[in-house]
Amino acid sequence: MTVMQKQQEKHTPKPQKFRVYGPVATVYGSSNTGSWRILCPKVDYEACIKCGTCARSCPANIIDIIKEQSECVVIDFDYCKGCGICANECPVKCISMVVERG
Amino acid sequence: MYDVQHNSRGLVSHGVSACAGCGMELIMRNVLEVLGEDTIILIPPGCSALFSGFGNETALKIPGFQGNLENTAACAAGVRAALNAKGNKHTTVLAFAGDGGTVDIGIQSLSGVLERRDKVLYICYDNEAYMNTGIQASSSTPYFAGTTTTPSGKKTGRKDLMQIAIAHDIPYAATASINNLNDLKKKVQKAKDTDGPSLLHIHTPCPTGWRYEPAKTIEIARAAVQTGCWILYEYEAGKVTINYRQKELKPIEEYIGFQGRFGNLSKEQKKEIQDYVTKQYNKYIIKLEAMN
Repeated sequence: MTVMQKQQEKHTPKPQKFRVYGPVATVYGSSNTGSWRILCPKVDYEACIKCGTCARSCPANIIDIIKEQSECVVIDFDYCKGCGICANECPVKCISMVVERG
Repeated sequence: MYDVQHNSRGLVSHGVSACAGCGMELIMRNVLEVLGEDTIILIPPGCSALFSGFGNETALKIPGFQGNLENTAACAAGVRAALNAKGNKHTTVLAFAGDGGTVDIGIQSLSGVLERRDKVLYICYDNEAYMNTGIQASSSTPYFAGTTTTPSGKKTGRKDLMQIAIAHDIPYAATASINNLNDLKKKVQKAKDTDGPSLLHIHTPCPTGWRYEPAKTIEIARAAVQTGCWILYEYEAGKVTINYRQKELKPIEEYIGFQGRFGNLSKEQKKEIQDYVTKQYNKYIIKLEAMN
């Protein structure tokens, strides 16, 4: 990106050859989409049947089901947007959406 | 190759700025889970451009290219030609475009690819309007749906992309929906293994444009299939298979009732939609059965 911009700003008296690469993405990054969240998923671990439906239907793919653990549903809150698809799709309705902040 | 700042499972970054409850994000993850690393993706401007990223940042681990709205399929054909010239037969070339970039603006280049038999996997995620520019109606917008350019409801039905593709007699074409992700993955795998052009038309609920609660994305996709608004079928080497058949269609209210874009319709208009959908569905099933 910077290469292209510099070339446009530079005054060239006579034609010159440039090697322009154009805008190229070189950084594999993630936005902090967890900051969007208004409603937060809360799991009732007693009622959970560990079927994995929430993990499969999560658009951000941030839900892990760890069967050995007592808190078996692990959600990465750095990226959870709080859409509530997991709560809506859960067959036993053990996920509820609670207000995180007003 | 990339400077990885945040790690992720799979090939797609977790923090993508797609709206909460976006159906397209779910499709992208499931498609790339099947296709794997050996894929080159072509993305037109649109909601899917969130995955090619902003500036020097990207949300995909696979190589890709963002072209213009009208030439996604043509770019894919070019990438395929370059790979063929290098003797590379294994890499999948994936074009991932929305309904506007496919049925309106990009249809001429798509038709060219289908006619030339280039081995390209074309996926159209259909959210039934130009969502990224502010919900303008496209030719895939259904009958009576309200958008910013059709505030009182669209007066015409939708363009049938599948029948256009089938008219080119391509090796593989299928419709899919996010309510059945296993079926979607199976179809992606079939399309990947096809020697020649393949097309997937995927129904993608959009909470922002259709104006419903983000939590209902998959529920609405399911309702669309069960009410007959979206028909799941595939066309494979000249043979049509209907994947899901309702014995009796559910009332249309279960699909349009949640959605704000159908919110200002009167009772008579809702009945008109019901009659229209039932008639279209029955006609379409007879047509599909007659194709075999």
